[in-house]
Amino acid sequence: MTSNSLNLLDLLVPEAIALNIRATSAEEVIRCLAEALLKGGYVRESFADAALAREAKLPTGLRLAGDVHAAIPHTDIEHVLRPAVGLATLTEPVIFQNMIDPTDAIPVRLVFLLALEQPKSQVEMLQQVATILQNPQVVHDLVSAQSLEAVRQALAQVITTQS
Amino acid sequence: MSKPKVILVACGTAIATSTVVAHAIEEEMKKRGLNVTTRQCKATEVPSLAADADLIVTTTPLPSNLGKPVIQTLAFLTGIGKEEVLKQIEEILKQ
Repeated sequence: MTSNSLNLLDLLVPEAIALNIRATSAEEVIRCLAEALLKGGYVRESFADAALAREAKLPTGLRLAGDVHAAIPHTDIEHVLRPAVGLATLTEPVIFQNMIDPTDAIPVRLVFLLALEQPKSQVEMLQQVATILQNPQVVHDLVSAQSLEAVRQALAQVITTQS
Repeated sequence: MSKPKVILVACGTAIATSTVVAHAIEEEMKKRGLNVTTRQCKATEVPSLAADADLIVTTTPLPSNLGKPVIQTLAFLTGIGKEEVLKQIEEILKQ
């Protein structure tokens, strides 16, 4: 792994972690996290609308192996100032359409909002997200987490920090 | 070493999903002793880039009749069915 590659734990913005929230739609979740990234100076004002437009055209819902499903909304790099990740867990699922089949409505309780720059510097973080999604135990621990510390503990099961 | 097989990896933005997929395929094919190179692109760019590819792997729907083998899969994100997909990729590249 390249040394300048960024770790998910470095990129997760504490202000953009919304645990056990109630939301009525995917749009509400994306707007909530995007607002926090905007306030923190990570994204441009256009980011939320761009992420929603992209979600409508090219959805990011993923059916996982366990009973909790996820979505990874993101958009083009021109809306991003600094790379960052927001995380939401939902008490009740909201519907995201399936990335591979937009006609398939998936009940989602775990959302990673990805604010991405050039792909090369984020390979490690993106792989970590995939590793998490592939591990039902970590997914379960994430949606059960009640605190930032619990989120970090859940992620630490699959992410090793070397610094 | 023989000329590397070219795998075109497509997703919505060519930033997030295809990065994960391309990286995973490169690693796994290297383990299997296959010489591959991956190119990432947006799904909309596939028709213009397909000609140079031996195989297209995509996470989003693509137009049909691209004239090249296409594997549509989320296995590298969700882990579901990953072994089967890797076997499928290997078989196509060995042809």
